[in-house]
Amino acid sequence: MPATYEPIATTTLSGTASAISFSSISNTYTDLRLILVPVMTAAANLYLRFNSDTGTNYSYTYVYGDGAAAGSGRLTSFSRIQPYVGLSTTPTLVEIDIFSYAGSTNKSVLMRQSRDLNGSGSTNSLVGLWRNTTAITTVNLDLSTSTFASGTTATLYGIKSA
Amino acid sequence: MPLPPLGIFDGVAAGSATSFESIATATGTGSSGTITFSSIPSTYQHLQIRYTNRMGAAGDNIIMRFNSDSGANYTRHVLYGTGAAATASGSTGVTSIGVGSFFNGSDTTQPQVGIIDIHDYASTSKNKTVRVFTGIDMNGSGDVDLISGLWISTSAVSSIVLSVVGNTFSTNSTFALYGIKGA
Repeated sequence: MPATYEPIATTTLSGTASAISFSSISNTYTDLRLILVPVMTAAANLYLRFNSDTGTNYSYTYVYGDGAAAGSGRLTSFSRIQPYVGLSTTPTLVEIDIFSYAGSTNKSVLMRQSRDLNGSGSTNSLVGLWRNTTAITTVNLDLSTSTFASGTTATLYGIKSA
Repeated sequence: MPLPPLGIFDGVAAGSATSFESIATATGTGSSGTITFSSIPSTYQHLQIRYTNRMGAAGDNIIMRFNSDSGANYTRHVLYGTGAAATASGSTGVTSIGVGSFFNGSDTTQPQVGIIDIHDYASTSKNKTVRVFTGIDMNGSGDVDLISGLWISTSAVSSIVLSVVGNTFSTNSTFALYGIKGA
């Protein structure tokens, strides 16, 4: 039986980098799944974009808990999808599911960010939208400030349905 | 090594040809509000459904039932964010588990997406626990939902019905069922 959950590419940084990109993504899968464990030189927000589109074609709705309270918010006609809280130098788990990425409809994303700093931290879940009917061939991860540090890992998987 | 449905895992295991398998995929017809997976084999440890959904009309939540059981044998809890507030709620003794957005079910233009994990579905000694991560964003409205559900039955899950009352799944709706094997 052919594999339905395949690693497409992995990036493991041995030095700093300002961005991580997965390009030339084939259209042979149904969904994409990206697992990012970033180590940062300083706290920053993570920016997710597709096909290097920096236009205001993104929106997202999120819910979060920080150990003291829960909240929700939304950004509309925004230039990227970004988690609510800044990341830190302690590794954070970021899971991104990109559905029907090769289809001809607008693209929806589910993302979870989890971090615990032994006394602080948060969990953040969001649904995002990229208003574009083009197939996704590139996934771009950037930072508001700071850089990805050595030890950062990012793996892109393809999930193929019957 | 079994692949957990959500989380970090070994990259080699992820490439295994047999640990995460596609069982079946169903696409909306545009005229029906029901998706059925039947004759599900008991050879996996867990099941996962990944869906992209666009309704024929806005409104109505997606509900899920197992083995055609429409009795009041389900419970659920949900944490959802509307973009303005986070809210939690729970229901007991209900006849299904809601597995879609609590905002308005879906939209005719923007895709609602979700991941449904059904743990130990083939057990004949345990009730069945479900976890759902779903949401829809419509550039100004929508919500994101984290749901846990319970089917109070020790029967193995052999069929799953997803439905929307008084609505239809469009031809752009796709529901894919996967099996996750244990070691």
